[in-house]
Amino acid sequence: MLKTLFPNVNWFDLLIATGETFYMTILALIGTLIFGIILGLLLYLTAPGGIWQHKTLNFIVAAFVNIFRAIPFLILILLLIPFTNFLIGTIRGQNAALPALIIGSAPFYARLVEIGLREVDKGVVEAAKSMGAKTSTIIFKVLLKESTPALVSGLTVTAIALISYTAVAGVIGAGGLGDFAYFHGFVRQDFDVMFVCTVLIVIIVFIFQFIGDALTNKLDKR
Amino acid sequence: MISIQQLSKVFKTNTTTIQAVDDLNLRIDKGEIFGVIGYSGAGKSTFIRLINRLEEPTAGDVIIDGQEITALSKNQLRLSRQEIGMIFQHFNLLWSRTVRENIALPLEIAGVSKEERISRVDELIRLVGLAGREDAYPSQLSGGQKQRVGIARALANKPKVLLCDEATSALDPETTDSILSLLVDINEKLGLTIILITHEMHVIQKICHRVAVMEGGKIVEQGEVVDVFSHPDKAVTKKFVEQVMGKPDKDITEEAFVQSVESGKVLRLHFVGETANQAIISQVAKKFDVEINIIQGNVKQTQSGAYGSLFVHVTGEETELEQAINYITSTSVEVEVKTDA
Repeated sequence: MLKTLFPNVNWFDLLIATGETFYMTILALIGTLIFGIILGLLLYLTAPGGIWQHKTLNFIVAAFVNIFRAIPFLILILLLIPFTNFLIGTIRGQNAALPALIIGSAPFYARLVEIGLREVDKGVVEAAKSMGAKTSTIIFKVLLKESTPALVSGLTVTAIALISYTAVAGVIGAGGLGDFAYFHGFVRQDFDVMFVCTVLIVIIVFIFQFIGDALTNKLDKR
Repeated sequence: MISIQQLSKVFKTNTTTIQAVDDLNLRIDKGEIFGVIGYSGAGKSTFIRLINRLEEPTAGDVIIDGQEITALSKNQLRLSRQEIGMIFQHFNLLWSRTVRENIALPLEIAGVSKEERISRVDELIRLVGLAGREDAYPSQLSGGQKQRVGIARALANKPKVLLCDEATSALDPETTDSILSLLVDINEKLGLTIILITHEMHVIQKICHRVAVMEGGKIVEQGEVVDVFSHPDKAVTKKFVEQVMGKPDKDITEEAFVQSVESGKVLRLHFVGETANQAIISQVAKKFDVEINIIQGNVKQTQSGAYGSLFVHVTGEETELEQAINYITSTSVEVEVKTDA
């Protein structure tokens, strides 16, 4: 039946493409998590009244975040071609997509991290200070721990944006479902292929959303 | 034990300067419960934060147990803070941690080993009366229970001083009383010095030994709680005393009755820090052949005994009355004869 409904779909290739999408999304998500938290913490801590209050550093980080959030992703990939080539040694394939994916989504996630950190009760930070906590203790045991549900729900939102970025990256040859839909579906005018790819991407988005929501609910003890 | 000298804090913004704490001097003895009372904006919140340098003083010294807190480096200050417990109006618990984990946090910060942490936390949970709620999250606790966690957490590293920042202001009256008794209990059991700030005079009345009244960043009046209650000097102090004792002119409404007595005497018995003679009425009734009728009274219990006055109408033989009054005067209760019919 699948053969009659979707005559042009090569299921094995499709499976590989799905795997590639997962691969790019998950690796990029890990990179985004790390850089996003670092940038978000910097934004929060160097802000006026913050623990590391520092006007210049705050300005630089904020400028970096704002600029990279403003550049449309497709253009960002093209701009980063020389950088990617230097870093990965190629500009094709899933790994080549990672720098652009991470640089494109980490600033976005950083802002969500900053919002999450700001929602941590100032009084709790003060209480930790009154106990004689080091800044590192305040960061890891208070700020990040108390904002975990916000960090996870922010990461879920970011993951979904990332999935759509991987599809864009696919169009310039990064592999994955976007690549598959474009080259095997759109270019060959095989619309059944595009349809199947779309459904699969939507399902992947739902999976990430479901995991993210479940995790956020479990972590939130408020 | 705690000495505060010429302590000042100035907040500066681009346009304004606010002198939150103004050249404040204070000595607090070991083991006492010292209250600082003032209206919001009086600078009391800033003052208590200057003690453990959550706010950096603009000038002046804070010395705790011979250690000059204001001279410590950042690192020394961190260690020193582990010996200064603090509780807050809004409890400031970590909602992501259970009761047990919240109490363990200061121990983790102080680098206490895991086994020791567990036994210390259990001990503290029993001390503050939270047995059975160890694994609850703060969101599952009532306000009073949250403050108990706050107290246990503040006591975890066996501090020398406990700072209470409006610790009962977010609680209902009944819960406030239970938290206050817990503080007294801890003060007596552990000999802990407690400094508390509040805007509620009954908190001072119930648990403090000494009190300082703050206004405009300065201490305008201080002394033994009973003394401040009986002889409030400044207008602001009088207002605070009225919070608890009622307006003094309420006594005057009794004037009419006082005038209308046809026999015997109307006495005003004044209790100032009374502990020994609280049964004075029944003693007088037993010892002398007189009838005693209590007309009106307002007596409050403080940490150093009862404070307040009692209007009584005494009737009987003239000589018996004489003797009864002499007897009362011989105790530390002051007698004032209002009418002598």
